[in-house]
Amino acid sequence: MSEHSNSKSAPLPAGIMRDGVDRRGLLKCMAWAGAGVLWTVSGGVPRSMGLGDAAAATMGGLTFVQISDTHIGFKQAANPHPDVTMTEAVTRIGGLPVKPSFLLHTGDITHLSKPEQFDTAQQIIKSANSEVHYVPGEHDWLDGGDAFKAHHGQGTKGDGWYSFESQGVHFVALVNVVDFKAGSLTSLGQDQIAWLKDDVSGLSASTPIVVFTHIPLWAIYPKWGWGTEDSGQALDLLKRFGSVTVLNGHIHQVLQKVEGNVTFHTAMSTAYPQPAPGAAPSPGPLKVPADKLRSYLGVREVTYVEGQQNLALVDSALSASA
Amino acid sequence: MARLYMLLARRYPSGFRRTVRLVVIGSYGALALLLAFGVGSHWTRNSALAAETRDIKIDNYSFSPGDITVPVGTTVTWTNQDETPHTVVAQDGAHSFKSGGLDTDDKFSYTFDKAGTYVYICSVHPYMIGKIVVK
Repeated sequence: MSEHSNSKSAPLPAGIMRDGVDRRGLLKCMAWAGAGVLWTVSGGVPRSMGLGDAAAATMGGLTFVQISDTHIGFKQAANPHPDVTMTEAVTRIGGLPVKPSFLLHTGDITHLSKPEQFDTAQQIIKSANSEVHYVPGEHDWLDGGDAFKAHHGQGTKGDGWYSFESQGVHFVALVNVVDFKAGSLTSLGQDQIAWLKDDVSGLSASTPIVVFTHIPLWAIYPKWGWGTEDSGQALDLLKRFGSVTVLNGHIHQVLQKVEGNVTFHTAMSTAYPQPAPGAAPSPGPLKVPADKLRSYLGVREVTYVEGQQNLALVDSALSASA
Repeated sequence: MARLYMLLARRYPSGFRRTVRLVVIGSYGALALLLAFGVGSHWTRNSALAAETRDIKIDNYSFSPGDITVPVGTTVTWTNQDETPHTVVAQDGAHSFKSGGLDTDDKFSYTFDKAGTYVYICSVHPYMIGKIVVK
């Protein structure tokens, strides 16, 4: 995105926008971003853009949505009905002015890896009418991955990793909820890293890369297991690429980091919030007042515009007017 | 019986009383031995039925108590009191015990028949570590 030295929005152009979104569509888009945040990266620094600039974020190119940590089957006080809030999130996605090309689900689809929980999640997400690409969370692997693989393992390698291309962007799905060793952070494992090396070897350095996996690939808070032991090896393999976007879940809040050409973003859950790193004795579900719950839950729209180095991300809470 | 006693007491005054004392003491002794071995074995069977049990709670992403020593034959029961599922997985090569996902209020029990030191973790939060020494 081009540099913005101040946050004043540019005057709205009248009539049809360059990408065919008319004024009504633009207003819908702005409303969707509502209480959400549009992030872009400029000169290596994340910046939030004024709402009027939201138009720039939807100027054609590839648009997809990240949904995460739906935890179907959770029934404690923090949110006894994660199926209801997941449905709201999917309805919200359906109301986007630009239909996303597909959805990425960054894991913890279910709370307890039960087949009926995978079924329910699949039913709910069907109404988004979009292809969905999944990676498992540790809550989806309590039975050793059997139910996850039965539902979402087709076409994947090893413990569920894979890659695909869309409009020139290369997407890599990694699994980091299988290799937990006593007293240490989770790992990607040597098999998966070897596969990744091979997978990206033939790509030109100008290919934008999006990596999505459940547990964060940077050490946010190792005391709570918020990090991946061998992520450095994977990121080394991606060093030569001009644009790398890492999308994670697991921590149920948005945190971001920029390191060279790599931007890291964790996501909100659609089920319940968790405390900020170190703000509580443990990372368990955080109960908030019922009328505030939906301001902590949400989904993310991501847009890639050809020629731009970085993807534009819009995080939208369920509480934002739709 | 009383009449027989009176008769014998008159016939054998001093020796008789001593004999009665010996018989009484002897029979108590025999009863004690019987209890120790015969009936006693019934008692030891009872105490085997009331074998040691220990409880460990999973709370705030930790095992509590996290380090215990128990006799062989103890049954340990873990109860998950967190709102997040946890697991209990032995870290020996064979994974002697492995609970599967434990939801809030779920329990898992294992009886330790063999002496040894058992380190275990929660497989999805592997910084949660516990130890059981079985002697």
